[in-house]
Amino acid sequence: MTRYLARRLLLALGVLWAAYTVTFLILFALPGDPVSIMYGGDSSDITPEQLDALRAQYGLDQPLPVQYVTQLGHALQGDLGNSVVNGQPVTRLIADALPPTAQIAGSALVLAILVGGGLAVVATATRSRRLSGFLLSLPPLGVAIPSFWFGLTLVQWFSFEIPLFPALGNQGFASVVLPAITLALPTSALIAQMLSRSLLHTLREPYVDTALAKGAGRTRVHLRHALRNAALPALTVTGLVIGGLLSGAVVTETVFSRAGLGRLTATSVAAQDIPVVQGVVLVAATVYVLVNLLIDIIYPLLDPRIVTGARRRVAPPTTPTARPASVPAPDRVAVPAGGSR
Amino acid sequence: MTANERLLTVTDLAVSYRTRRGDVHAVRDVSLHVDEGETVAVVGESGSGKSTTAAAVVRLLAPAARIERGTIDLLGRDVAGASPRELQAVRGLLVGLVPQDPTVSLNPVKRIGDQVAEVLRIHGLADRRIAGIEAIEALRRAGLPEPEVRARQYPHELSGGMRQRVLIAIALVAKPRLLVADEPTSALDVTVQRQILDHLDTLTNETGTGVLLITHDLGVAADRADRIVVMSQGRVVEAGTPDEVLGSPREAYTKALLAAAPSLRGARRAPTPVAIDAPAALEVRGLVKDFPLPRSSGGGTLRAVDDVSFRVPRGRTLAIVGESGSGKSTTARLALRLAEPTAGQVLVGGDDVSHTRGSALRALRRQMQVVYQNPYSSLDPRWSVGQIISEPLRAFRVGDRASRAARTAELLDLVALPASVVHRRPAELSGGQRQRVAIARALSVRPDLVVLDEPVSALDVSVQAQILDLLADLQSELGVTYLFISHDLAVVRQVAHEVVVLQNGRVVESGDVEEVFARPQHAYTAELLAAIPGTAAHRPLVSASAGSSGTSRGGER
Repeated sequence: MTRYLARRLLLALGVLWAAYTVTFLILFALPGDPVSIMYGGDSSDITPEQLDALRAQYGLDQPLPVQYVTQLGHALQGDLGNSVVNGQPVTRLIADALPPTAQIAGSALVLAILVGGGLAVVATATRSRRLSGFLLSLPPLGVAIPSFWFGLTLVQWFSFEIPLFPALGNQGFASVVLPAITLALPTSALIAQMLSRSLLHTLREPYVDTALAKGAGRTRVHLRHALRNAALPALTVTGLVIGGLLSGAVVTETVFSRAGLGRLTATSVAAQDIPVVQGVVLVAATVYVLVNLLIDIIYPLLDPRIVTGARRRVAPPTTPTARPASVPAPDRVAVPAGGSR
Repeated sequence: MTANERLLTVTDLAVSYRTRRGDVHAVRDVSLHVDEGETVAVVGESGSGKSTTAAAVVRLLAPAARIERGTIDLLGRDVAGASPRELQAVRGLLVGLVPQDPTVSLNPVKRIGDQVAEVLRIHGLADRRIAGIEAIEALRRAGLPEPEVRARQYPHELSGGMRQRVLIAIALVAKPRLLVADEPTSALDVTVQRQILDHLDTLTNETGTGVLLITHDLGVAADRADRIVVMSQGRVVEAGTPDEVLGSPREAYTKALLAAAPSLRGARRAPTPVAIDAPAALEVRGLVKDFPLPRSSGGGTLRAVDDVSFRVPRGRTLAIVGESGSGKSTTARLALRLAEPTAGQVLVGGDDVSHTRGSALRALRRQMQVVYQNPYSSLDPRWSVGQIISEPLRAFRVGDRASRAARTAELLDLVALPASVVHRRPAELSGGQRQRVAIARALSVRPDLVVLDEPVSALDVSVQAQILDLLADLQSELGVTYLFISHDLAVVRQVAHEVVVLQNGRVVESGDVEEVFARPQHAYTAELLAAIPGTAAHRPLVSASAGSSGTSRGGER
């Protein structure tokens, strides 16, 4: 397990480094540099000589590799530079913006897993075709609804028509509810879609028939046999959507005028605040990498077939193995030619 | 328990599947019964409705299936009309099911012991602790070595044969009165198959459990059943004791099925070879193939093929037989130069091609073509039959459009397919027809050698017989050389001139087919031969060849 973890961790660091480097290069390739953004424009009260002096001060006159190595060195020591707009350290800006975003993103994730997972389980477990059909039609709808529209609708109803929650701001738990729901909508739709597909597929597996032949009821088959197997692909998707939550926060925080990482991203991109943008990208990459690392750790716990290197075979099989799985059984279920399932 | 109690009575059962093109009647008016301590075999080909009948008895039919008529009486309970709750009380407790494919029938994320114990827990027969102990006991009775260790393992850590024993333990742990076994061994090697069936016999004999055995294999039915029910196209065409049904079949269908079944006494299909000392089309010398093992299991290498040498004379057939893992497929891949040998030589037409590369290797491919096991997956479903057959011609830039079309038509004729199939897609053809297409494709570039990798294993027996006949005809007509890979010794005896028996990557025996089969020198060959169903000593298939040519040349054991 330690070796498996060490390898995963090393890979994670590699991803972070790559993310940093790519952002650095792309931002460098953009027209304009931080100094001309700060003081430039048409204002002529600064002479080109002064601009050059400033560039020298920030190290921007250095060749690209030198700049890269210096900045990477600073980043490794936890110094991501200062905002070119207001001069504040990037780390501080991010540290301030992270908690409110974590609040809504965390709540949204929990909500999405509960709603999405619940919907998938009910839709596949119910005997009523009508209910199942209705529930299974919801996820595509959830993905299709634009979240800014959904957020504004929520505000219209639950802040103005029925004043239950504040329409904007960061004050207390009540202010988390509407943004979290807005953010959870597309995420839960994705999870529901993935899990219900996966459950429907799993429920057709032969081992489900084995469970039924034991005399197991529907609920038991669903929860004890199918769900754990079906959860694996859904888990992968959940890992991917957590990255999506961050970009969703840009829209959501703008709609609800909440301070947070999303708003910070939006404003610093608009102002071409390069150090901040780079810091945000690095944070997003870190979150992404950590989540996927966590999922890599959870996977073997859910599925014993994923060998982590720690698990040794207790005893090798002694009888000859079966023919490969590709060998078709002569007639699985005797659906006659042209039979459809 | 003087009179044997009637366990199962199926009366006038009819099951249909809803499809887009209307209802398909899979089972029509089937009646059968199973008494205590009795094994009843239902035999038939794919689509005969035998598996649907089995599924109906435990009410595990596909969602599209519907029981239209008839009753299924299990110890006085009406299964056909039972509610889900009533069914839960019956399944596992009164009737156990051994499914078809052990490799996919166990939940991959649950421990073996828990999966067996679950039956007892569901029916409230034992608490958690006692269920665990009884599960281990059931695994022991099912013949699993070290059941305490196995109970803590996961399905993927067990071989197919062991998994089937686990499924038997699951089916029998609650001591049901009836066992439904749907092709319980068709996914397993012959020797494992025999062990499993023997064990099933012992277990059910001890407890008086009735067995409804579904099989496509007449040999298995002849060896194991007290009564045989032959099904065709959803109907019971014949029923009776094995002696009645197999000894003197009344129905034409049963006769045809019997005639088609490969056995050790059926007629030879292989054409008489032109010359025994013909030059070798293919020769391999001292072939070795090592595969590195994953570091997680301790590293090192696995020697899949170990010092294999053989020679296939032109125009003859050499068969490589062995169980899964014996290295027969790897040997074929090495001979085809699809894999690099660790050591040894491959000679094609007398030239050493062990290290041929690039365009020379491509030219070599033209001399060696392959027909794969599964015609359902080896043909591109989006292509027409014509495109499939002419692909090698296009790949090797043979001829122009018109001459390729002519060659395709010629090939279709050669494999006895109507010219009209040229525009059809594989999905519109039957398994046998698809395999004919695969053979035509292999022959399109006039290869010297065709490697046949289990070419009939995925086909029904009667279709098998047709394909084997076709292969023999093609050989005498075109003089093509075959390297025939198979696990089925009965088939090998019919088509091959020479045989190489592989075990764990090594050649344990080789020589003339008749010679090897009549007087096996190695214990492993003898074991393989004895494991062929239909050779049980107590019940010989007396007139198995009655419907065919009537002769039984050689191979008398």
